[in-house]
Amino acid sequence: MGKFQIFTKGLIKENPTFVLLLGMCPTLGTTTSAINGLGMGVATMFVLIMSNVAISLIKNVVPDKVRIPAFIVVIAAFVTVVQLCMEAYTPDLYNALGVFIPLIVVNCIILGRAEAFASRNSVLDSALDGAGIGLGFTLSLTLLGVVREFLGSGAVFGIQLTGGGGILIFILAPGAFIALGYLIAIFNKLTAKLR
Amino acid sequence: MEYFVIIIGAIFVNNIVLAQFLGICPFLGVSNKIDTSLGMGAGVTFVMTITSIVVYLLQYYVLVPLGIEYMQTIVFILVIATLVQMVEIVLRKVSPSLYQALGIFLPLITTNCAVLGVAIILVQKEFNLAQSVVFSVATAVGFALALVLFAGLRERLELEDTPKAMRGVPIALVMAGILAMAFMGFSGLVR
Amino acid sequence: MESTLKNMVLTLFIITFVSATAVGFVYQVTKGPIAEAKSAKITAAIALVLPEFDNDIGQTRHIENIDGGQVIVYTATNNGKVVGYAVETFTNKGFRGEIRLMVGFLPDGTINKVETVYHSETPGFGDKIERGRSDFSVQFEGQNPSDFKLAITKDGGDVDAITASTITSRAFVDAVERACRVFQSIKTAEGNKLKRF
Repeated sequence: MGKFQIFTKGLIKENPTFVLLLGMCPTLGTTTSAINGLGMGVATMFVLIMSNVAISLIKNVVPDKVRIPAFIVVIAAFVTVVQLCMEAYTPDLYNALGVFIPLIVVNCIILGRAEAFASRNSVLDSALDGAGIGLGFTLSLTLLGVVREFLGSGAVFGIQLTGGGGILIFILAPGAFIALGYLIAIFNKLTAKLR
Repeated sequence: MEYFVIIIGAIFVNNIVLAQFLGICPFLGVSNKIDTSLGMGAGVTFVMTITSIVVYLLQYYVLVPLGIEYMQTIVFILVIATLVQMVEIVLRKVSPSLYQALGIFLPLITTNCAVLGVAIILVQKEFNLAQSVVFSVATAVGFALALVLFAGLRERLELEDTPKAMRGVPIALVMAGILAMAFMGFSGLVR
Repeated sequence: MESTLKNMVLTLFIITFVSATAVGFVYQVTKGPIAEAKSAKITAAIALVLPEFDNDIGQTRHIENIDGGQVIVYTATNNGKVVGYAVETFTNKGFRGEIRLMVGFLPDGTINKVETVYHSETPGFGDKIERGRSDFSVQFEGQNPSDFKLAITKDGGDVDAITASTITSRAFVDAVERACRVFQSIKTAEGNKLKRF
């Protein structure tokens, strides 16, 4: 697979949210607004790229039986780094995302990519894979965030577009499920045509 | 009385799946049959309860005294991964049939955001040991409840004629949304 | 590498050690900025809700443990004369949990300004308690609790709630009411202290 393809497959063909159906928890929990979705996506992408690189670097020295715990420690370390940096430099986003930041460590996407790709491929390829999937994740989260924020309050990224007010349910818990369900359906419909 | 508030809050008002979005992956992945849901629910309850005790002890007797609270994420997830491994080993010896039935779902409990989520939340809320245990058992019950309810709905859904694009996860999500709406009726039940 | 017990334990130990060290390093680097970020919000809120003052207000920090939480009182003086009190109050009755406010009081008990310091209320609805999003918090300015009933109109009071955010509005009022109570008890305690002379 060419380098470019390794990167772009994460955007559509293997989009973590719409195709692989991974990482649902933060997808539903942090998309109450576009900026929150974007922030979460970027934080996750950072951890994904860094852990993919680190795991690719150590893949030959880690005994097979302790693979998973070793990967988990590495991922957890990067998540803690992101946590601390966000608390220090982006406190508002840190408060908005709350418990979902440390929960990046159990985001199935990251451990999944580590197992499926980084532990068998070169460092550069792993970095590209992480970046592509991470970007795909970020785009899906931002999209869901935009949809929920707009339908829920008529604003996007805080900029009021309609007169104000909206369909409250979309900002609340049920709306996350419903909006995501329809987005996946629409995505399926659109990509079915491409095949 | 205070425990009552914690219990009702954790099972209904702030249901871990339908209100807090933790534990979605197993929720969508396991809930197509009622018996696997029950098995998963039982597994999660067990792991969550023991985790809450270990996590509480580690947080207040190791992390805080040593001033290394920032190691929380790493330590907690290692505890969970270890506990799940132990549960797997014990289950294989004690009840091989249940072990077979749960299959791939056991190791998946490690990446269940609900388990790590509960650990972090009980520290955030500054519960004492008794409250932590009550909270995690109640949360796990809420998780199992959501799972079983959902499985019941999905088993019915199998018989329906769903539009192609909506089949599988999309329609399941919309249904989960409606179930979440129903649970919203509990808000205001406790403060 | 082979999965012998020695190898497994060794690699796991080394990986954990390196990770812990790296994280510890980042922790040291971010310790300062984190503390600053936390206090910056408070300092800004205090300055906003009070008239001009010239003392080192952080030194006047006084904590009251009440109703299962902490209310913090700061005293502002200008040229030695008390010009106001900033009370950092809380409520646990928010729709999504804790809300923390900074209420500025003039010495006579009038509310000068109210600023929201922390909340996780619903975007587009409960978050209207924020100063920039609606005039909800402005209606408290210049009001004195002795003639302004601290309850929403639905509950027989003088406060106009935010549309579709009754719970958040009630919680906000609860926090303001708590601040008033603490302010009153501080004033009474001071009054009693003076009476002794």
